[in-house]
Amino acid sequence: MSDITYRNLIVDGLWHNNQALVALLGLCPLLAVSNTAINGLGLGLATTVVLVASNTTVSLIRNFVRPEVRLPVFVLVIASFVTAIELGMNAYFHELHKILGIFIPLIVTNCTIIGRAEAFASKNNLRRSLVDGISIGIGFTLVLLILGGMRELIGQGTLFDQSHLMFGEAARGMTLKIENFHGMLVAILPPGAFIGLGLLIMVKNLIDKRLAVRAMAKTEYAEEIRGLAN
Amino acid sequence: MEFHTLSSPHTKRVNRVDKVMLQVVLALIPGITAMIFYFGWGVLINVVLACLSAVAFEAMVIRLRKRPVMPVLFDLSAIVTALLFAVAIPPLLPWWLVVMGMAFAIIMVKQMYGGLGYNPFNPAMAAYVLLLISYPVEMTSWMPPYLLAEHQLTLSQILAFKLSGILPGELTLDAITMATPLDQMRTNLDLNQMISEIRLSPLWGDFGGLGWEWIGNWFLMGGIWMVYKRTITWQIPLAFLTGLVSMATIFWLFDAESFPFPLFHVFSGGVILGAFFIATDPVTACTTRAGQLIYGAAIGVLVYLIRTWGGYPDAVAFAVLLMNMAAPTIDYYTRPRTYGHGEVKSE
Repeated sequence: MSDITYRNLIVDGLWHNNQALVALLGLCPLLAVSNTAINGLGLGLATTVVLVASNTTVSLIRNFVRPEVRLPVFVLVIASFVTAIELGMNAYFHELHKILGIFIPLIVTNCTIIGRAEAFASKNNLRRSLVDGISIGIGFTLVLLILGGMRELIGQGTLFDQSHLMFGEAARGMTLKIENFHGMLVAILPPGAFIGLGLLIMVKNLIDKRLAVRAMAKTEYAEEIRGLAN
Repeated sequence: MEFHTLSSPHTKRVNRVDKVMLQVVLALIPGITAMIFYFGWGVLINVVLACLSAVAFEAMVIRLRKRPVMPVLFDLSAIVTALLFAVAIPPLLPWWLVVMGMAFAIIMVKQMYGGLGYNPFNPAMAAYVLLLISYPVEMTSWMPPYLLAEHQLTLSQILAFKLSGILPGELTLDAITMATPLDQMRTNLDLNQMISEIRLSPLWGDFGGLGWEWIGNWFLMGGIWMVYKRTITWQIPLAFLTGLVSMATIFWLFDAESFPFPLFHVFSGGVILGAFFIATDPVTACTTRAGQLIYGAAIGVLVYLIRTWGGYPDAVAFAVLLMNMAAPTIDYYTRPRTYGHGEVKSE
């Protein structure tokens, strides 16, 4: 697997193999807690930390675990990290932990994490697994953040509401609010999550299509130049 | 020698989409006229606004999809969606909510699934539900029918309110709006009042709300005409009404003071409109005859359940959307046996 460059790993994690927009994994937490940007960011970062830790560990133990028992072992590794994160968040971000509630322990069932452990970390060395964990995690977090921001803005006319839960009291001023705006409630409710994610996927596919058209035009242009030169 | 063809079929049935849609539009006219009569110019403004924006959005999406625009616009399906939506919403709804509802109905619910014939959900009802759960205050501010209204707004006053939200003089929104009969029934039942007590209010007519029940009658006329013209089948409306009435009768016989008279349910809210015009949408309803009976009856039962124990006063839109989801499954299990292809009996 020497053809995997770190650059490719990062681009794949953020864009081409984005777990939320392309693989559509981990939708349960993605749809459930993305009602505000801060909730999305909180869960995204927690997931990223777990992902990086589990990818690293799985990569380190990949040569000692017999293939017959690899999945239970991976699940145990992930569960331990999730437990640690949960206790940590409860201690340091107590309010946010209360809002995210059951979805922190449920990170353990996030298909993205076991998916990366099985598909990538168990077959690659430590450094690659680490980069993969970071880029996949950030890709997932970005989608959560954008979807959360979108729903929050349309649903209640604010952005980064309750940011003090995450960044401390000093961040209260970060909240943006549109005055006299009656939000469109459906965006905050569950249907808004599905419609919002659908729209994000649509935008991504549209950009991909445009890029493909442009790349094709470029090659045609290059061939034309070559033809002229000959 | 000349041979006249005398064998069947003697009559042909015109089955083009635009013909069917035109019949639906014609059948809606009496009901819409009655609504304008009872609720004033707001209804007409909604109808015009909804039709214009539906056609505009439809043309826009069809252009984006690089399809020929004219055939799609002239099949009148967007107009039918707009009319059904316009009669479901309150006459005083702000203009931008009407436009937003039509944008959602045409772009998201209809065209994103592939256009007419591919949409799993009824566009008008999906838009209605979207607005109802997003803007509950605006969507439940109904005016009373003119028989009960203390303040009559003129056309220009209504137009001004719909465009800018400004009411003439000292009037407030509370002064010109009133709970709908279903709302009234529900609120008072929650206050543990008896039905004989609730019905003392001048709000009530013979069965449903004063004025409201007559609108139901006019829609019923259009609906029966559509059944007569075979634009719709009789299975869905009949099963819908039977399902609703039988549920209502059971509970009414059980306790007539806390469960309203069955005909109250039929002539309140959107039941007649729903039974004949909305549940019968050929795209989103069941297609097999047996399936249509199940589909209609289930909507009727759901309407009763949601009205009586659910969170919203009326339930036609929710019930129709829920059964839209179930329609393909019902069709699958009620497929008629092809002639000559029975089950093979083991010998």
